[in-house]
Amino acid sequence: MASLVAEPEVSVSNHPEAVVVRFAGDSGDGMQLTGGQFTLSSALAGNDFATFPDFPAEIRAPQGTLFGVSAFQINFGSTDIETAGDAPDVLVAMNPAALKTNVDALKPGGLIIADTGEFTKRNLDKAKYDVSPIDDGSLAKWQVLAFDISALTMESVKPYGLGNKEALRCKNMWTLGLALWMFDREREPLIDWLKAKFVKLPVLADANIAALNAGHAYGETAELGGQLHKVHVDPAAAKAGLYRTITGAESVALGLVAGAQLAGLEMFFGGYPITPASSILHSLVRLKEFGVTTFQAEDEIAAIGAAIGASYAGKLGVTSSSGPGIALKTEAMGLAVMTELPLVIVNSQRGGPSTGLPTKTEQSDLYQAIYGRNGDTPIPVVAACSPSDAFDCAIEACRIATQYMTPVILLTDGYIANAAEPWLVPDPASYAPFPVTFLTERNGPDGTLLPYARDDKGARPWIKPGTPGLTHRIGGIEKNPGTGNLDYSPGAHQTMTDARKAKVDGIANSIPAQTVALGETSGKLAVVGWGSSFGPIHQAVRRARAKGIDVSHIHVRHVWPLPANLGDLLRGYEHIIVPEMNTGQFKTVLRDQFLVDAKPLNKTSGQPFAIAEIEAAIATYFDGAPSNAGGGEVPPNAAQLPSIESANP
Amino acid sequence: MNEMTTIAVPTTLKDWESDQEVRWCPGCGDYAILKAVQRTLPELGADPAKTVFVSGIGCSSRFPYYIESYGFHTIHGRAPAFATGIKLANPELDVWIVTGDGDGLSIGGNHTMHLLRRNLNCQVLLFNNEIYGLTKGQYSPTSRVGTQSPTTPLGSVDRPASPAAFALGAGGRFIARGFDVSKNLPEVLKAAHAHKGAAFVEIFQNCIVYNKDVFEEFAAPKGAEDRQLWLKQGEPMLFGNAKTGDTKGIALDVEKLTLKVVDVVDGDWQAAGVIVHDVTNRSIAHMLVEMPFGPFPMALGVLYDDPRPTYDEAVLGQDAVARSGKSTDLAKLLAKGQTWTVNESDQGPLSNV
Repeated sequence: MASLVAEPEVSVSNHPEAVVVRFAGDSGDGMQLTGGQFTLSSALAGNDFATFPDFPAEIRAPQGTLFGVSAFQINFGSTDIETAGDAPDVLVAMNPAALKTNVDALKPGGLIIADTGEFTKRNLDKAKYDVSPIDDGSLAKWQVLAFDISALTMESVKPYGLGNKEALRCKNMWTLGLALWMFDREREPLIDWLKAKFVKLPVLADANIAALNAGHAYGETAELGGQLHKVHVDPAAAKAGLYRTITGAESVALGLVAGAQLAGLEMFFGGYPITPASSILHSLVRLKEFGVTTFQAEDEIAAIGAAIGASYAGKLGVTSSSGPGIALKTEAMGLAVMTELPLVIVNSQRGGPSTGLPTKTEQSDLYQAIYGRNGDTPIPVVAACSPSDAFDCAIEACRIATQYMTPVILLTDGYIANAAEPWLVPDPASYAPFPVTFLTERNGPDGTLLPYARDDKGARPWIKPGTPGLTHRIGGIEKNPGTGNLDYSPGAHQTMTDARKAKVDGIANSIPAQTVALGETSGKLAVVGWGSSFGPIHQAVRRARAKGIDVSHIHVRHVWPLPANLGDLLRGYEHIIVPEMNTGQFKTVLRDQFLVDAKPLNKTSGQPFAIAEIEAAIATYFDGAPSNAGGGEVPPNAAQLPSIESANP
Repeated sequence: MNEMTTIAVPTTLKDWESDQEVRWCPGCGDYAILKAVQRTLPELGADPAKTVFVSGIGCSSRFPYYIESYGFHTIHGRAPAFATGIKLANPELDVWIVTGDGDGLSIGGNHTMHLLRRNLNCQVLLFNNEIYGLTKGQYSPTSRVGTQSPTTPLGSVDRPASPAAFALGAGGRFIARGFDVSKNLPEVLKAAHAHKGAAFVEIFQNCIVYNKDVFEEFAAPKGAEDRQLWLKQGEPMLFGNAKTGDTKGIALDVEKLTLKVVDVVDGDWQAAGVIVHDVTNRSIAHMLVEMPFGPFPMALGVLYDDPRPTYDEAVLGQDAVARSGKSTDLAKLLAKGQTWTVNESDQGPLSNV
């Protein structure tokens, strides 16, 4: 779980404190489901974990193709786990394409479990293998356990009279059964889950359970020449309390509901389907009893327009999208700034530009969030660093929006949205409420109404239509600083531009001072990050510090406005590196705001940073530590979670 | 709108005039529409505090500033989206959308379509002047073929959209027409307001600067009776001058399945086969919105009015059902799903799935 933690011992590598398993198969093989259930089993075993679902943009890519491979990686262990792991220890490959696209990531000596039933001439051709890699010795640096999972599955579900196709679909449960045996896990929760899932089709429940049991029994009884043995990963030490697994999308939805409650408001959510943001809408439509109204709009613009309309009418307007959709919403965001209405805009970032990499992760919408509008149009930006952190960040976005009468951007990304991790369920009572007030009486001298009068935070009053005696007009045209009436005069524009800027700048006074996530408050090197690169940065800094290296990790949640003390803090370090999944956007912001010599460490392969990549970059600042030759820029590590596309030139 | 509780203190036209200086060009048709709306609102028993005018961008979209109610001047073409959020957030508000041919049919055509098909309970007043006024006279999606403008010096070549036909095709359940200086405009507005659901009113509006008098052929007072067909529920579709005995009517050409103009002799419209206007007849409505001016008079008034359940009622009704009897305990929600407990003592899992 990605929490800011004290510095623990570094793991000893030969003890199975943590294991990384990757399930890879055809997009129709149910790998995401298998991974999800294995994740749950890890949670129930008390392990800490992080997951990384990696799937193609195509819904049903042609079977057996390289670009149709869907993978799910989980890193679980008895220590704090903050990334999905650099390289897998175990690769489950359901077909040749899955093997080809994933095997290079596997640790030397790692275990490959392959379904030979799928290694047919046809599938080998599709995966562009001339000969089966299982037979030609090309997998020599790994352990290979290849057997006909397809046939074993068919055999196990025979009594249920399923058709060939349906029977083969139980393969993933067979494989999961084997994995449960390998890692000494209970089958009962999975059996319960299957019964619930197929409550209307008991024969499918029975068949899947039979496959699961058969896979488990295979591990138990088969003589596998010592290649396959049970591994027991101890439960991770964790803060006492109630836990659940949570993905970033669920977490954002829950945080928004909590934020609206803390503000004493009902929520209106306007959205338009887009990967990877849709799952937030999917979550919220099921939470209507919490005062949530959802609206699937005709497009991104209508989604934000309706959300602003709802805010104008006194609800908490929320909209969500990913980069391309956010681009479409931009003009409306300007209107929300101009009319000074609360609004939360969630951007689940993906690789860009344009359609880019719909299902892959990136942090490249930072400029868009901070600067990407016409005019001087300041909008505060909060960035979540993990699925569980997204809950608190969503609440924080709601707080800022309602207290400062401003749109707020909440940045997450594809990785956070889809990844699951254990979450210590918080007590809602532990969050300070921030109830809003609506203007009910005229607020100006001599009984006049001043919709653009400002409080000590620079916020204007929120006036709901329907309130007697307070009729007034607002809009996107520049306005008089008090009455809000049309006013193009030079003085009005200067005053209002200054006031809008001062209001957003002033938010820095209401956010916590910047702290150091790990390490000292000054020293030789600070690794500064934001968003979902938290995990690999934190682990890399921890490992480096364990080697005695003077390096600190600073994680910035409020990326705009920046915490008031951040500049002074950064100036206390000799060197600053900023790892980002973009070409150096936050680095530029830091340089601009504080005139510090922040150096970039960039990765834009659509895959999260590997811990090792950041460790290598840290090492370049210290004599005697192994260095990476490239200097500041780290090339994408081809062996590290390779993208499916890269295997399909 | 509809079902509005009549306010305790009746209003007058003056009560609906804001203190803002009206900034349209002198002689603009918008002035007449503004007055017609301000004259109509008191008759509707409307409450300024519960009335919201929402607009996009363009000359027409300045409208909300001049009405003493709540007003939201939004961005180009998107007023229907904002109105949807407003109405879903507070269905008690009486929402009027003011748009133009460019705002509502060009940049915002998509939103207009979806507002109408969803049937949000509101009034849509589309001021059609067949030109872009605020950007200084470029041709618009309703400009006639051959319109010369700064962007079409040789005349426009694309065929114009018909707002009323568009609205009906999009699934609108109330379609009406009027024009800026018409004395009948308040009646049209009242009918729109009485309709529960999205009420679409195309108002021909004279742009005195960039498209002067393009509607004069039917809007001019002289000879108006020959060129305007004012439709009234339950009454025959008659036009022309009854005094001179030159009465005409609209009948159905059964063979061609089109409308035709027929002469009415001695007032015997039944014999001439003149259609009696039934506002709920969607087939006739389709013919009326497509009825070309020239061979036919301009169809004005309420062309179609056949309410259906509204979007806001459906959404909020579903919300109410989904909410009934459900716990709103946030702590319970957060702890939902498959959970496990970690104890201080053992630091191991105790599954309670």
